[in-house]
Amino acid sequence: MDQNKISTDLCIIGAGPVGLFAVFEAGLLKMRCHLVDVLPQPGGQLSEIYPKKPIYDIPGYPEVKAQDLVDNLIKQIEPFNPGYTLGERVEELTKHDDGTFSVTTTDQTVIDCKAVVIAGGLGCFEPRKPALADLETFERKGVDYMVKDPEKYKDKKIVIAGGGDSALDWTIFLAELASELTLVHRNATFRGAPDSADKVFELAKAGKINLLLNTNLSAVRGNGVIQEVDVINKEKEHTTISIDNLIPLFGLSPKLGPIADWNLNIDKNAIEVNTFDYSTNIEGIYAIGDINTYPGKLKLILCGFHEAALMCQSAFKFVYPDKKLSFKYTTVSGAPTL
Amino acid sequence: MVKFTVENLAGKQEEIELPTDMNLNLMEALKASDYDIQATCGGMALCATCHVAIDNHEEVIGEPQDAEMDMLDTLPDADFSSRLACQIPIDDKLEGLLIHLKTV
Ligand SMILES: Cc1cc2nc3c(=O)[nH]c(=O)nc-3n(C[C@H](O)[C@H](O)[C@H](O)COP(=O)(O)OP(=O)(O)OC[C@H]3O[C@@H](n4cnc5c(N)ncnc54)[C@H](O)[C@@H]3O)c2cc1C
Ligand code: FES
Repeated sequence: MDQNKISTDLCIIGAGPVGLFAVFEAGLLKMRCHLVDVLPQPGGQLSEIYPKKPIYDIPGYPEVKAQDLVDNLIKQIEPFNPGYTLGERVEELTKHDDGTFSVTTTDQTVIDCKAVVIAGGLGCFEPRKPALADLETFERKGVDYMVKDPEKYKDKKIVIAGGGDSALDWTIFLAELASELTLVHRNATFRGAPDSADKVFELAKAGKINLLLNTNLSAVRGNGVIQEVDVINKEKEHTTISIDNLIPLFGLSPKLGPIADWNLNIDKNAIEVNTFDYSTNIEGIYAIGDINTYPGKLKLILCGFHEAALMCQSAFKFVYPDKKLSFKYTTVSGAPTL
Repeated sequence: MVKFTVENLAGKQEEIELPTDMNLNLMEALKASDYDIQATCGGMALCATCHVAIDNHEEVIGEPQDAEMDMLDTLPDADFSSRLACQIPIDDKLEGLLIHLKTV
């Protein structure tokens, strides 16, 4: 088996600000942590949605850019040397008879741990998908939401949909490789980088790509694999394009995802917790940050940090029932080490 | 005061009447009227979870600004009538309009 096995005290699902800070609080209590996130970088919503926006309600920072806060959190937990599995989605969570857990990702990485901390925020960041009937049945059968291996599109007829930077960049890149490339965009202009937009208009003028502006996807068809897409323009005219591949590129948005299938008590896409220690209905599984809910819950970074601190006290007792926990200020315990 | 109609995904219509001097935007107004709008980014035109559709919106309420256009481009199901509710101020221009909700 080519499984990647990792063993740790706490497996933290979600490397947003709250998951990151949980490593710090756990580290103070000498618990080792492993972080997993589907995004290729840590930081959750801050890095993915608003990296350059200033935040004004982090205690001690009159103003801090979201990405700077993430960078500082990563630096702050460095002494505790957490493990990272990035770019993989946690699919399964198994509780064993001896009370330990295994967390398994889409890429078959297995993290064996003594307790699980779900810091999954608003859920897994996933590609936005057009709401077209049967689209999902053609996923990986000609429909891709990401370009992983460009060579795959060599001499293929492809349609790219979207108007942001990645749609423009991949159109430019794949124009050379594909036998026929059509870019479908809902608007008449592009919001992506002006240089890329100019390049795309040039390619269209030179006849190297088909550019369909003011146009949307309206249907997909195929037989086991995708074969055709229908598009509709502002004048409500339909066109059918025969294709080998459809690549919708509309960026990422969070979806609760597999967390819903782990037998946890869920209320409106959030996990119900006990505010004593942010434990869930399953012993040894905690939920902190935006992913949890309780009376009076506020989805704020600051609240998630507080939840992380209380959660770790309880997780320590669960992980090391025989060890005594003595509470120490960091000013007393000194510079953090594991 | 301004009065307009909201149609949810199931096609149910409801008339809403609101004061125009409270500095509200349409997303906040919909939330206040108990519509389950996610509005993850709190109204910064950064999440596109406040998607609505309004016919002839450009003539009635004016063209979307850059930030709104950018975000609309990330919505695969956005069409020519699409707008982001958080970028639409509650003012007299909304009088008599029909606003279709596009997300739950
Ligand atoms: C535009 C905007 C502005 C904001 N401004 C502020 C502000 O000024 N002050 C403030 O306090 N808060 C603000 N917030 C809210 C703040 O960003 C959130 O409270 C915070 O991000 C929550 O952190 P988190 O770690 O709980 O979750 P997130 O940041 O959402 O991170 C969760 C991570 O878990 C991952 N994940 C989920 N499920 C899985 C899975 N199954 N497998 C792998 N990975 C998974 C996700 O991919 C994600 O990266 C703002 C939010 C937005 C969108
Ligand atoms: S609330 Fe986020 S874009 Fe409108």
